[in-house]
Amino acid sequence: MAVRLSQAMGRRLIAAVPTLWLLVLFLIPFLIVFRISFSEVRLAIPPYTPLLSWHHGAPHIEVHWSAYSFLFTDPMYVSSYLYSLKVAAVSTLCCLLIGYPMAYAIARASTATRPLLLMLIVLPFWTSFLLRVYAWIGLLNNNGVINNVLLSLGVIHHPLALLQTDFAVYIGIVYSYLPFMILPLYANLEKHDPALLEAAADLGARPWRAFLAVTLPQSLPGIAAGSLLVFIPAVGEYVIPTLLGRPDQLMIGRVLSDEFFENRDWPVASAVAILILLLLIVPIMLFQRVERRQLEAAQ
Amino acid sequence: MKPRGLLSRIALALGLVFLYVPIISMIVFSFNNSRLVTVWDAAHSPTLKWYGVLLHNEQILTAAWLSIRIALTAASAAVVLGTLAGVALARFGAYRGRMLLAGMVTAPIVMPEVITGLSLLLLFVALGQLIGWPKGVGAVTIALAHITFCMAYVTVVVQSRLAGFDESLEEAAMDLGARPLKVFFRITLPLILPAIASGWLLAFTLSWDDLVITQFVAGPGSSTLPMVVFSKVRFGVTPDVNALATILVLLVATGIAISSLWMRYQQRRRERDLQLAAAANL
Repeated sequence: MAVRLSQAMGRRLIAAVPTLWLLVLFLIPFLIVFRISFSEVRLAIPPYTPLLSWHHGAPHIEVHWSAYSFLFTDPMYVSSYLYSLKVAAVSTLCCLLIGYPMAYAIARASTATRPLLLMLIVLPFWTSFLLRVYAWIGLLNNNGVINNVLLSLGVIHHPLALLQTDFAVYIGIVYSYLPFMILPLYANLEKHDPALLEAAADLGARPWRAFLAVTLPQSLPGIAAGSLLVFIPAVGEYVIPTLLGRPDQLMIGRVLSDEFFENRDWPVASAVAILILLLLIVPIMLFQRVERRQLEAAQ
Repeated sequence: MKPRGLLSRIALALGLVFLYVPIISMIVFSFNNSRLVTVWDAAHSPTLKWYGVLLHNEQILTAAWLSIRIALTAASAAVVLGTLAGVALARFGAYRGRMLLAGMVTAPIVMPEVITGLSLLLLFVALGQLIGWPKGVGAVTIALAHITFCMAYVTVVVQSRLAGFDESLEEAAMDLGARPLKVFFRITLPLILPAIASGWLLAFTLSWDDLVITQFVAGPGSSTLPMVVFSKVRFGVTPDVNALATILVLLVATGIAISSLWMRYQQRRRERDLQLAAAANL
C-alpha cells in the first residue's frame, strides 16, 4: 500500500514539473500578451496603461481597443498581414511540389542508401539557419554568383535584380523549410505497402493512375504534417524577409518586431501577436491532431 | 513503373543540388582574397586571410563563448524536463492534466518565434515588477527562454521512442519486485538513452542557432553569436562570416559522421548479441 501511494505521488511529481514550467513560461506569457493588447501606450515604466486602476477607492477595469482599431485602420498592417499569408501559402505549395518527389525517391531507394540520403537532407538543418539564409545574399546579389555566371555565359547583359524581391523570400523559405516537408512525407511514404501498387498494376492501372488512386490518398497525413510544419512558422518569419525581402513590403513578423523595438509600442505589438495567433490557432490545433494520431499509430 | 521512379530520382538529385549549392559557395568564397565577397580574386586566392580576421575578432569570440555556455545549459536542462514530460505523456495513461501538458508541449515547435519571444520578454518584465526577479534581461533570461522551446523538441523525441516500446519490460521488472525508481534507471532510461542523446544534440543546435527569441530576451552586453552575425550581415555580405560558416559546417559534418558511425557500431553489437543469445538457446 505504501509503495502504491508513493508511486502515485512520484508520478504526480514527474508530470507536475514540466507542466508547471510550461504554465509559467509558455501559457502565462500569452495571457500577459493578451492583456497588454487591451492597454494604451504611455510614457512610463512599463509603457502601457494598467488593467486595474483605483477610482475613489473602487477598482476600475480599463479595457482599451485602441491598439486593434489602429491596426485595422492603417492599411500598412492589413496589407502586411495578407502579404504574409500569401508568402506562407505559396512557399508551402512550392515546398510540397519539390519535397514530395524527393521524399518519394528516398522511400523507394534501397535500404542501404536510405540512411545516407536522409542524412544529406538533415545535414543542412544542423548547420546554422541564419548562415544558410545569408548564403543566398551572396548568390542573389547584383554582383552575386548567379548573376556573374549568367553574365559570363552571355545569357543576360545586365544583372537581374534578384535580391530584395518576393522571389528571394520564396527561395529563402523553401530552402530553409524543405527538410521539414520531406521528413514527415518520407516517414509516411516509407510505410506504404508496395503490394497495393502491384495490385493496381495487375488490375490494369497505369502507373500515374495507380499513384493518384493509391499512393497520394494514403500520403495525405504526411502532406498535412509537412505543410503545417512549413506554413505556421513561415507566416511569422522574421529573418528571411529581413535579409532577402523587399524593403517596401514587410511581413507581419517584422511588423511586430519593429512595433516593439523601434516604436516601443507594446500594446500594438501585443495586438499584432494576438491577430497572428488567431490566424494560426486552427492550423496549430490541426498540427497537434496529426501529431497525436501518428504517435497513437506508433503505439 | 520505371519512368516515374526515374523522374523522382532526378527531382531528388536536383533538390540535393539546391540544398548544397549555397553551402558550397560559402565554403569556396571563404578562401577568396577579395573584399568583394562574390568576385573571385584569382591572383591572390585561395587564402586563409579571413580565418585570421575571424579568429582575431574579439566580439565574435566573446559571443561564441556565451552562445556555447547558454546552449550547454539549455540543452541539459531541456533534456531533464523533456524526458519527464515524455515519460508522463507516454507512460501515465489518461491522467488528469495530460491534455494540458500535451497541448502546451507541442505548441512551441510551430509557434512563430516573434510571438514566443515577445511573450517571454513581457513575462520577464512582469515578473521583475511583481517579485523583483529577474532584475533585467541577459544570459539568465536567454537560457530560460531556450530551455522552454528546446524541451518541446526533446519531449517529442523521447515520447515517440517510448511509444515504440510496449510496457511489458517495465511491468515484468515491477512484478519481480523492483521499485519504480529502480525500474526507471535500470529499464526505461537505457531504452530511451538514444532518444535522450539525440534530443540533447537537437536542443544544443536549436539553442546555439536561435536568433529571434534571443533578440527579445537579451540585454545589452549579452549578445549571442547569431545576434552578432545578424547585425553584421544585415548590411551586406562580409567575408569573415563565410569563414565562420565553413568552420561550423565542418564541425557539424564531423559530428554527424562520428555519431552515425557510432550508431552503426551499436547496431552491429546489438545484432551480434542477439545472434549469440539465439545460439546459446540452441
